[in-house]
Amino acid sequence: MSVVSDLPTRRPGGPTMAQRRSRLREISSRHRSWSILIGMIVVGAALPVLAEIPPFTLAQPANAWIDGFTNAGVFVMLALGLNLVVGVAGLLDLGYAAFFAIGAYTYAYVASPFGNSILGIDILGALGGPEKAGIIFWPMLLVGAGVAALFGILLGAPTLRLRGDYLAIVTLGFGEIVPIVFLNSDALTNGTNGIGGLARPALPIVGGFSGIDPWLYYLTMLGLVTVIMMFCYRLIESRIGRAWEAIREDELAAAANGINTVVAKLMAFALGASTAGIAGVFNASKLVTVSPDQFGFVVSFTILAMVVLGGMGNFWGVAVGAFVIYTINNVLLKVLNQFFDQTGFPILKDIDFIQLQFLLYGLALVAMMLLRPEGLFPNSRRKRELHTAITEPEQDELGTAEATTEEGQR
Amino acid sequence: MSGDPMTNPAILVASQVTRRFGGLVAVNKVDFTIPEGAIVSLIGPNGAGKTTFFNVLLGVIDPTAGEVLFRGRRMIARPERIAFESFVWVLPALAVGLVGTLLGATGIVGGRGLALVGFAAMLLLVATLLLGIIRPVSYQKWLERLGIFRSARPNDMVVAGVGRTFQNIRLFQNMTAVENVLIGMHTTLRGNLFQALFNTPGAKREEFAAERRAEELLALVGLRGKGNETARNLPYGDQRRLEIARALGADPKLLLLDEPAAGMNPKETQDLVALISKLRNELGLTILLIEHDMKLVMGISDRITVLDHGEKIAEGTPEAVRKDPRVIEAYLGAPAV
Amino acid sequence: MTAVPATNDAGRARSGAGLRPLLRLLVPVAIVVAAWLYMGPEQFVNAMTRGAIYALIALGYTMVYGIIELINFAHGDMFMVGSFVSLSFLTRLGFSGAITNVGLLAVVIVATFVFSMVVMGLIGVLIERFAYKPLRRAPRLAPLITAIGVSFILQNVVQLFYGPFQTNSPKIFPDTWFLQFAGARIPILSLFIICVAFGMMVALQLFIGRTRLGRSMRATAADRDAAALMGVNINRTIAITFLIGSALAGAAGVVNGLQYGVSRFDDGFQAGLKAFTAAVLGGIGNTVGAALGGFIIGFIEVAAVVAGYGRWGPAIVFGTLVIVLVFRPAGLLGQQLGERA
Repeated sequence: MSVVSDLPTRRPGGPTMAQRRSRLREISSRHRSWSILIGMIVVGAALPVLAEIPPFTLAQPANAWIDGFTNAGVFVMLALGLNLVVGVAGLLDLGYAAFFAIGAYTYAYVASPFGNSILGIDILGALGGPEKAGIIFWPMLLVGAGVAALFGILLGAPTLRLRGDYLAIVTLGFGEIVPIVFLNSDALTNGTNGIGGLARPALPIVGGFSGIDPWLYYLTMLGLVTVIMMFCYRLIESRIGRAWEAIREDELAAAANGINTVVAKLMAFALGASTAGIAGVFNASKLVTVSPDQFGFVVSFTILAMVVLGGMGNFWGVAVGAFVIYTINNVLLKVLNQFFDQTGFPILKDIDFIQLQFLLYGLALVAMMLLRPEGLFPNSRRKRELHTAITEPEQDELGTAEATTEEGQR
Repeated sequence: MSGDPMTNPAILVASQVTRRFGGLVAVNKVDFTIPEGAIVSLIGPNGAGKTTFFNVLLGVIDPTAGEVLFRGRRMIARPERIAFESFVWVLPALAVGLVGTLLGATGIVGGRGLALVGFAAMLLLVATLLLGIIRPVSYQKWLERLGIFRSARPNDMVVAGVGRTFQNIRLFQNMTAVENVLIGMHTTLRGNLFQALFNTPGAKREEFAAERRAEELLALVGLRGKGNETARNLPYGDQRRLEIARALGADPKLLLLDEPAAGMNPKETQDLVALISKLRNELGLTILLIEHDMKLVMGISDRITVLDHGEKIAEGTPEAVRKDPRVIEAYLGAPAV
Repeated sequence: MTAVPATNDAGRARSGAGLRPLLRLLVPVAIVVAAWLYMGPEQFVNAMTRGAIYALIALGYTMVYGIIELINFAHGDMFMVGSFVSLSFLTRLGFSGAITNVGLLAVVIVATFVFSMVVMGLIGVLIERFAYKPLRRAPRLAPLITAIGVSFILQNVVQLFYGPFQTNSPKIFPDTWFLQFAGARIPILSLFIICVAFGMMVALQLFIGRTRLGRSMRATAADRDAAALMGVNINRTIAITFLIGSALAGAAGVVNGLQYGVSRFDDGFQAGLKAFTAAVLGGIGNTVGAALGGFIIGFIEVAAVVAGYGRWGPAIVFGTLVIVLVFRPAGLLGQQLGERA
């Protein structure tokens, strides 16, 4: 993942003529999308090769690796989306898994016999049986994104008008409630068992995806991550992205420059939700089953940890962070457990490393905020922001004082 | 601008503006007009209520009484029945839901119909919530007819044509000068979500044009070639200028400068005075200066208003104000709080 | 933001002339009467007991928020840790069942409260010192993320020691003691819990209103910088706020153990969410409001159970939170500061 350092800088340093600068910028911004594409192709090609090389083959067979990478890709998508909300716009969303769940259930309703019977429309039948019906997966990516965004607006609109902290607790509650609703509405969601028998995606020439051969899912994942990454970068380099960064840095100043902060924040929140919706549709199509226990608070928390550890605001950093954390969790910890069990190592053999993972996340989050708030792969501006605030309290003092009174006076 | 700007029609009219904080009356029944194209100043000793008045004009805080008209439109007044606005958002969806439930109970529509009704109610709720957040002018006018009034927010004032700077500089310290100005230009740019996602030619063109415009604005305030410097690395005087350039980005008609000379040395102050005159003469801006220090405003103001203890105690030409015994007393005599 | 105990003044200022003060009194009374009639005396007391626990937790949320404007996500877990501390204390002392000797019972209960509250108070101060204090001037997001991290640490440390399943807490208070009232059997334990909770709330109110430390807390909440200039020791004041808030969470933990007799590592999550809702409902930053909100949430939950929608309880509470934020963002007793409050 050396791509991180190779990213073209957006604005070349030093004073240059406006025209030359803008031409340079045009090239570099076009270059950006290409660099993401090339980077993703390199990574996408390198991972399967790695899976065939000794230290990795010892852990699990190549196909299991590819499958694991695909699952990691789901978390990369989620982390990218959450980064838009937390890292770029500075809004703390603690119920992100809820939107993931909404995306997944949206797909389940359209692409399963149970869901179709609830909707009262035989979509699978109309498309020519469960085998061929998988074609609907592709438009469903958009539908899932749309439905998740709708819920994002529904939740964000009342909350984002208020102080930022309320969003955190409302999303926390929402993340808790959505699985409960899916769990309790037995008649509509089949309760604990969830909805099974979802159609696997299909393509006109290639045919249906398979549960045994993970390659098609892997490639789809790569495609989705690439597109999401491109969209994210384009967003933050646009007028909208600038508004988000302005809000994050100083909300009052942003409003004093004509930015409708509520609209901008809602946009970030809804776009983040829609990304989770896409990930949900993809994940549901891969697992072919959805159930409430897939979307608990630990999922939201894991994604947040990925974003914070990866480096808030830096999309490549967050993607790497998500990928590494997922792989550590699902491969390394298992391998450690097996290894110590087999070797009978004293003390260590009694520790269940998988159970420990959330303790480690918690410790990592706190340590990160205290010692290196910018994350492992920092975004340079974010880093400056986080460090000034901590190391130069005096400079900030007047500003904060004024901000609180001005808001308090309303 | 020909002749005496003080005879021009008013761009901003504040009447009987009052703001209380608990028992303290920070601003008391202040009438204040700004003629188009003029440079007017608001001065007063510490704690005179200047900043509170300023914040009322900008929609940062609501007045307890009185109103502010900008270019003939009532922008700021005491909020009325804002609690009822929530019902405007919720009631339509609730009504649809209720009708759906009733239809379901009577058996007129089946399960699928009910689901559709539920979905429609949800869409309606999303729509009304969005309406309440985006607040198009027609929606606001409709609310006013219902007796619900909410003052313009700082961002609405910018859209209407009021730019501002802050007393203690509030630049986006970690962004470059150009980026700061680009944020100032937010309301003049049109790029939407779709254009951003697909990087359309239109969006690209707009961005390049915007960046050139930002460079121009920087040059105008005397920061030519400093576009790529991070705001925090600029010298103090330059940061003040950058804030003005940022405010100019939104193409304001009226510029409100809150103690622009605070912390400046005499040379910097002199340059600032020149810049302010230039803004008025070349861009035709109307300017309101808030100052603690009388010296700066004497030279350039067409009119000076003096506040003390929240009340207007004098108003007139610099000459007249300088000689006003109440002003002299406010500044020298009775100790200001 | 609102000073911690500003209610009295604010209430007096708002309730002008006319029918409003009367209405303000009548509406709550009517609601209480309706609740009594709807759920019957037994469930009414049950709701009060539950509400007392939420209220004790909500006080910690509201105090910390009032003073440093931080939603302390770990606070719900402090309650959970508190119940484990009291559980371990009782088990270590060798108690496993009901104590029928009133004298001994009183001694043991007082000891448990004191032990649990002191331990939790100290843990709270330590957490503040090491996790939040260094971030006092950092962007708002940083302490929030830290708080959520601390919450996870607490949960998982407890899980490490006590496992992922329910642990039994010695029910030392005999559940055979009842009071016959209006044809219903009211457990003495419930009455005891309600009294303890009220006692603590009154004590807290007196502390904030009457003592020097309470005054510095109010000053810090109103304007930290100004308070510092007036010679208030900000660090100590904030530490004391955490001490008291966490001690109250510890007390809630003891009460929870006495009442329900079981604890689990993730108890704090839901309880915290409900208590926070209570704090927002009452008007965050306002201690009386938090207590009131706690009882309201207790009633909403029990009413849901009575109506047969018990498992929808969390969803109903969450719906309440959203509705409050839409219609009355500053809560019932908070100053209505408009949208950006």
